[in-house]
Amino acid sequence: MKRYSIFSLVGNALTGHVHWPRAWRSPEPKKHYDVVIIGGGGHGLATAYYLAKEHGIRNVAVLEKGWLGGGNTGRNTTIVRSNYHFEPNAHFYEFSLKLWESLSQTLDFNVMYSARGVLNLVHSPADIDAAMRRGNAMRLNGIDAAFLSRDEIAARIPNLDCSPDARFPILGGLLQPRGGTVRHDAVAWGYARAADSLGVDILQQCEVTGMRIESGTVTGVRTTRGDIGAGKVGIAVAGHSGKVAEMAGIRLPIESHVLQAMVSEPIKPVLDTVVTSGAVHFYVSQSDKGELVMGGDLDFYNSYAQRGNLPRIEDVVSACLALFPSFGRLRLMRTWGGIMDMTMDGSPIIGKLPVENLYMTGGWCYGGFKATPASGYVHAWTIAHDAPHPLNAAFTLERFAEGRTIDEKGAGPYPWAH
Amino acid sequence: MLLIPCPWCGPRSQIEFTYGGDATLRRPAPDAPEAAWTDYVYLRDNPCGPLDELWYHGAGCRSWFVVRRDTRTHEILPPDGSAEARP
Repeated sequence: MKRYSIFSLVGNALTGHVHWPRAWRSPEPKKHYDVVIIGGGGHGLATAYYLAKEHGIRNVAVLEKGWLGGGNTGRNTTIVRSNYHFEPNAHFYEFSLKLWESLSQTLDFNVMYSARGVLNLVHSPADIDAAMRRGNAMRLNGIDAAFLSRDEIAARIPNLDCSPDARFPILGGLLQPRGGTVRHDAVAWGYARAADSLGVDILQQCEVTGMRIESGTVTGVRTTRGDIGAGKVGIAVAGHSGKVAEMAGIRLPIESHVLQAMVSEPIKPVLDTVVTSGAVHFYVSQSDKGELVMGGDLDFYNSYAQRGNLPRIEDVVSACLALFPSFGRLRLMRTWGGIMDMTMDGSPIIGKLPVENLYMTGGWCYGGFKATPASGYVHAWTIAHDAPHPLNAAFTLERFAEGRTIDEKGAGPYPWAH
Repeated sequence: MLLIPCPWCGPRSQIEFTYGGDATLRRPAPDAPEAAWTDYVYLRDNPCGPLDELWYHGAGCRSWFVVRRDTRTHEILPPDGSAEARP
C-alpha cells in the first residue's frame, strides 16, 4: 500500500489526480480461506483488519452482498461516544472511543474524528439525578463526563431554546467532551484499504445464500459467486443477523426494526456540539458539509424495508424545532432508513455461536457505528482465540437464557423498547 | 404511512395504534421447562416477509387485533387465519 502523505497529495494534484492507485483490489474468490467474514460494513472490515494486523491471520475474505459501507455504515448519524452506565458497556465503548481517537493514524486514512462533545440534555429534576448518577459512574470508570448548568449550555449553544417557557425546559446537561462524530464512509474505506494491504480479499457483489455445516461445525458458505470453504466464519451483518443465523439453524433474541435519519439543506456552521435529548429521544449534529443530521426513535414495527414512514419524521422534526426554534426555516433535504438488530436487552451480541467455528458481532440496536473499531477488535480476538476477549465476555448469546442480560434502560424483553 | 385495517373502526392511520409485536408467540405452561420459557421470552423468528403481528387501537376502539404485514414492503396482507386460529 502506498502511504497517503502531503507528498502524494501534492504529486497527484500536479498531475491532475488521475494517477491515484486503487484503494483496494477486486480479486476473484479463492476456494478456501482460513476465515470468512460475512458483511462488508465497518464491523466486518474492521474484523478482517484486526485479524490480519493483531493475529497474523491474513488468508481472510470479507463477503459483501452489495458495496462496501452501503448498509448501516453509510446510514447512521455518525455519532461516537462512550457515556454508558453499566460496566460491560462502559469499558467496551470507552475502548472503542480510544481506538477512534487514533484511527486516522492507524489506518493512514482520514476518518475525520471530531471530538466536538456529546451533550445529553436534562429536562426534569429526575433527569438531573439520572444524569449525575451516570456521569459519576462514567468518571469512576475513567471516562470523561461533566455536568453543565443551563447557563453554561446557553452560552455554549446559543441556538438552543434554554428559556424557562420552552416546550421542554432545559435544566442542564451531561457532556462527554471526547464524544463527537466520525465520517462514516471513511471508516469503511479506511478499514478496507488497510485490510486489503495486509492481504485480505474483499469480495463485493457476493451474497451469502447458505452455510455448509458438517456435524455441528461450519466448513464454508454458499454464495452468489460460488461455494467458499472456510476454517472459521464470522457474521457481521447487523440488521440481518437473524436471517444469516437462520442459515445455520440458529434463532436469535433479535427483531429487525427500521430506524430513520434525515438531513437538512447545508448551511454555514451553527452547531459545534452533538446535542441529544432522552426526554424526546432526539439527536442532532452538523456535518462538515453543513447539513444538520437528525434522528430519533424507531418506527416501532418489525421491518426489513430500509425506509420508514412519515409520522416518525414528523416526531423528529417537531422535537428539533422544540429545542432549536431557529431551525424552522430550513428545508429537509433527505431522509432514509436503516435496519437495526434490536436485541431483547438493548446490548450487542459478540461471541461464539452454538455451531463450532461460527462467530458473530451484531445486535447493535441504535448504537453500532460508534462500536465499529472495538467490535472488529474483539470479534477478531474471539475468532483467533476461539474464546471471548475480556471486553466482550459479557456480551454472549447465552446471557439471555442465563439471566445475565445487560439492560441499560431497564425496559425488559421488548426489542422496540430499547 | 401505514393504513391499518382495524376490524371495528375500518382503515385508520398508524398514529392511532401501538405495536404489540409477533402475534404467533404462545405462553408456555407454568411448569414448562426453562428452555421453553427462554424461547418464549427472548427468541424470535423475525421473518423477512409476511408476519402476523399485534396492534392496539389506542386512539379508537382500544382493542387488540392481528394484522398480517410484509416486513420487506410494509404492505398489509389479507389475514391467512393461522394466527387467530390458535388457542
